Amino acid sequence: MKALRIRVSSNNIIILATLLLLVLLYGAGSMMYTGFFSMQVFLNLFIDNAYLIIVATGMAFVIITGGIDLSVASVVALISMVSASLLEQGMNAYVVMSISLLVGIAFGAGQGYLIHRFQLHPWIVTLAGMFLGRGIAYLIGTESIVVKNETYTKISSYKINLFGGGFISISVVIALLFVILAILVGRYTGFGRAVYALGGSERSSVLMGLSVGNTTIAVYTLSGFCSALGGIVFTFYMLSGNSLHLMGMEMDAIAACVIGGILLTGGFGYLIGPMFGVLCTGIIQTIIIFQGTLSSWWTKIVIGFLLFLFMALQRLIVMRKEKGGNATQITRKIAKNNVKM
Amino acid sequence: MASLASSVRRVTKYKIVWPLLAMAILYLFNLIVVPGFFKIEVIDGHLYGSLVDVLNRGTPLIIMAIGMALVIALEGIDISVGSVLAIAGSMAIFMLEGHSLWVAILASLVIGLLCGLWNGMLVSILGIQPMVATLILLTVGRGIAQLITNGQILTTTNKGYEFIGKGYFLGLPFAVYIAAAVFIIIYLLKTKTAFGLFLEATGANRKSSEYAGVKPRAIFMSAYAICGLLAATAGIIYSSNLSSADANNAGLWYELDAILAVVIGGTSMRGGRFYLGGTVIGAIFIQSLTTTIYSLGVPPESILLVKAFVVILVCLIQSDAFRQMLTFKRKVTTS
Amino acid sequence: MSTKILLQLEGVSKEFPGVKALSGVDLCLRKGEIHALMGENGAGKSTLIKVMTGVYKRDSGVMKLNGKEIQPKSPLEAQQLGISTVYQEVNLCPNLSVAENIFIGRQPRKWGMIDWETMNRRSEELLARLDLYIDVKQQLSMYSVAIQQMVAIARAVDISSGILILDEPTSSLDTNEVKQLFSLMKKLREEGMGILFVTHFLDQVYEVTDRITVLRNGTLVGEYKTEELSRTQLVSHMIGREWNPDELSGEKSNKTASAEQFLRANGLSKKGSINPFDLTIRKGEVLGLAGLLGSGRTEIARLIFGIDKSDSGVLELGEEKIAAMSPQKAIKYGFGFCPEDRKVEGIVGELTIRENIILALQAKNGLFSYIQTKKQKEIAQEYIELLKVKTPGTEQRIDNLSGGNQQKVILARWLATQPRLLILDEPTRGIDVGSKTEIRKLIFNLAASGISILIISAELEELVNCCDRIVVLRDRVQIGEIAGSDMNENRIMQMIAEGAGVYGKSGVIGA
Repeated sequence: MKALRIRVSSNNIIILATLLLLVLLYGAGSMMYTGFFSMQVFLNLFIDNAYLIIVATGMAFVIITGGIDLSVASVVALISMVSASLLEQGMNAYVVMSISLLVGIAFGAGQGYLIHRFQLHPWIVTLAGMFLGRGIAYLIGTESIVVKNETYTKISSYKINLFGGGFISISVVIALLFVILAILVGRYTGFGRAVYALGGSERSSVLMGLSVGNTTIAVYTLSGFCSALGGIVFTFYMLSGNSLHLMGMEMDAIAACVIGGILLTGGFGYLIGPMFGVLCTGIIQTIIIFQGTLSSWWTKIVIGFLLFLFMALQRLIVMRKEKGGNATQITRKIAKNNVKM
Repeated sequence: MASLASSVRRVTKYKIVWPLLAMAILYLFNLIVVPGFFKIEVIDGHLYGSLVDVLNRGTPLIIMAIGMALVIALEGIDISVGSVLAIAGSMAIFMLEGHSLWVAILASLVIGLLCGLWNGMLVSILGIQPMVATLILLTVGRGIAQLITNGQILTTTNKGYEFIGKGYFLGLPFAVYIAAAVFIIIYLLKTKTAFGLFLEATGANRKSSEYAGVKPRAIFMSAYAICGLLAATAGIIYSSNLSSADANNAGLWYELDAILAVVIGGTSMRGGRFYLGGTVIGAIFIQSLTTTIYSLGVPPESILLVKAFVVILVCLIQSDAFRQMLTFKRKVTTS
Repeated sequence: MSTKILLQLEGVSKEFPGVKALSGVDLCLRKGEIHALMGENGAGKSTLIKVMTGVYKRDSGVMKLNGKEIQPKSPLEAQQLGISTVYQEVNLCPNLSVAENIFIGRQPRKWGMIDWETMNRRSEELLARLDLYIDVKQQLSMYSVAIQQMVAIARAVDISSGILILDEPTSSLDTNEVKQLFSLMKKLREEGMGILFVTHFLDQVYEVTDRITVLRNGTLVGEYKTEELSRTQLVSHMIGREWNPDELSGEKSNKTASAEQFLRANGLSKKGSINPFDLTIRKGEVLGLAGLLGSGRTEIARLIFGIDKSDSGVLELGEEKIAAMSPQKAIKYGFGFCPEDRKVEGIVGELTIRENIILALQAKNGLFSYIQTKKQKEIAQEYIELLKVKTPGTEQRIDNLSGGNQQKVILARWLATQPRLLILDEPTRGIDVGSKTEIRKLIFNLAASGISILIISAELEELVNCCDRIVVLRDRVQIGEIAGSDMNENRIMQMIAEGAGVYGKSGVIGA
């Protein structure tokens, strides 16, 4: 947490707004429903969304470079399906996990390669990846497969008791460790800083001698890895594989990033942000569940609306920056004189 | 002048040659492998057969792809069309309870238009990347459709409504006439008004167009609005064909098909020139592909896979870097 | 002074589709010298530098570093060879901290992790060498462009091992900062570094450089010792005489500018772009805007045409007062604008010549009063003939044309709208001599037919020969106006050089 030294006010605005929203939502929930304000309800946010925290954090890296990864949800579904079917055949749980991670890494690396090597739009490649992931999952099976493997069920049901009576699952530990690792990578490694540089200005990054190609490929590979890890954690959570799992979750991940202050135009954002974003959407879900009469579809609609609000907020900030940064605009104009006809 | 005219003709030909060629190969394949693919029967004065089926089932896609072509010409994208289709279908069938047919259709079209305007607003006024902007409606849209249907699959027995998607007129499915009408209207809009010029100019170079007096925002708004409207039209046909509206599964994955149809039709993802004829051919090709896969007995689940590969392939063919790599390799092998 | 040659280029050529940007250029950078690379816009300076730093691959020619032939394929490789560059525009990441921008890609590590404290400390030390004391932990975009430029130089100096290329680093610096930079450059020269210095400012060249290499239109004019080359000689080497002014002067004197006022700009301004200015354009008058790059000349054009929105002031068009201009409105009032950056802001590359010509007229007419294709072709053909556009027909893609012909098509676009005012931003930049002459002739003919023309050009003799009046700008301030017999290149240069004591006022000194 020490890594998060306050640097930019316009950056902090979003993440502060997110924290405020978090408190407000939680406060509103606690006021309206008895039993909402309990340790376990709060911890359940982590338990229920551990996979999403991991996936959104991976997505954050991609968005910071100025790209996007739409394939995450289908990769999670694919991994759930791959693990479930491999486990059904009696394969060792840890081998399955390794295979899952490898699948995710290969998937992401392939996408990154296509994007970098052929200068394709990230979204068209990952959109195809989204269909590819679901397609492979469908091929493995259209029915849900229940995971009965002992290791998986054990991990799934293992409760880590905390002081104060609450408990968390192993998945939560994995997710939190992952977030800490991501923050460290983002702040203290050459790769992490290259990701930010790339999002700031691709041209400058090239001219400053950064390897833009490798960073691009690495960042999509990382996202693929995160989706796979998220897939494993999700399989712990659901104990089933289904090709239809998590339809539309890519928006939840993007929403978590946007709400968590990752600028969609790239270059800005704290890697702890997506976790706050996930908590926000998690609370909304919890409130709707506590409310009882509203259909679960309201969750999607409210999250969509929230996503829209934060996008508009980002837009405002970017516009203000552009207005304030006239000086840089002029240099850019001078720069254009360089272009030869 | 004559040489110029012929060279222009050659270029336009070139663009539409690809989808036609792809289609020819596919149909040749069908001729050999799938018996009876080309059989057309007349039953009760209606035409039946795989080909008619392709045309009939393909109409929602054709209509949707035409809308998508306009958006892609602006270097945009609308991945919410599948969800808009679901919303429009749900809306129409929901409104049929207690309202007249026309009110239902109108309501459905209006909601599609609103969806399009919403997307257009996000893209042109807020300046959000088209992909992300329309992603909101992609997922929220199904939620809205669920709210309209109250989580159930709505059905209708309204004969007039069913005629839209199932009825026959002069031997051909009625929906085919709707698709033809849509094509003609958009074609006229493109060639008989300045819309086509403005759209292509804005898509090719937004700045230059703006400095020449074109209003890019208005163009963006109208393109997305038309796209939404056409997605709704497709939704009406789709739901009418099934006599039901399923908020979850109606038009699922259609966005990819529509994008694919446009891209196969020769329109570049980088915007600029767009080809309506090519788009229609592209849509028919995709529907034929789907029908072929079904009739081959290949698990229908693999369709997604095939399409994902086709998308990447087509994008690669359009990519300069890929073409360079190919020519480079050729050079290497010859030397 | 040592005569050891650090970097030598011989016969370097580079061609872009349709343009020969460099042909057979030589350059020789010696140890311990500051070497100026001079030339007007489009002379090929930037291309040459990009070839040297591995951004572009040269088509032919030899490049030797310390006698060994090199072929850098990327800026990284050039950097590793010891050639570091500070570009004209700030090529840093605005979202990262100052320290990070200096050290990115080579951050100091501790146990494999980036050591921020060392990095910040070393950045502070490095910047102190440049007499720059700022908070290196701040995000770069918080600082003025001048500071950003200094940071870029600091980075380059730290990386470089022998060769430093400064590509117009001073265009955004004020006098003090320039002085600071020069003392640093001199220090580096004493340390034995070879510095290639690109600038537009003559004074700076004579203040700091030892040798000058002049380029013109992608070819080498020559290499000179600074002390042996007079300013006049240098200017004539740079600009050269490509057309005969006598050829046109007759036509010009025949023309009498009417007294009728067409447009008046009253205190128009935009913060950070141009200070308030007043401008009057009469009917059928050719008004010139003179000034160096970044002096606000393009900004004035953009304000008048409504591309940028003004913060204050008003445009008066006859009786009408217009506060908020927009391109659409401007076109309705009969304005036309040929932008400076033809490729990005002018042509629509994918469309045909016909469509490019018709675009503005169609936009003026509106969506539904569609001009029939046949009529479009007629209009296009008419202007192709009038402007002598070299093309086989109206249905060619515009990006297949040469720069000069593209410019003519853009002119045709506006002429088709029957304009009353044409704003031409660098109308003859980067186009061949023949087209240049034709376009200049056209300007006279248009003005004679009653169209007012506002012309911006970096070539002073072009302005002097074309204009009835010239407004001189400097550092975003309107500093004067000349007309009649006063109007000559020297006078303008003098005005720009002396600048009525406003110099430095608008430059921002950070921290």
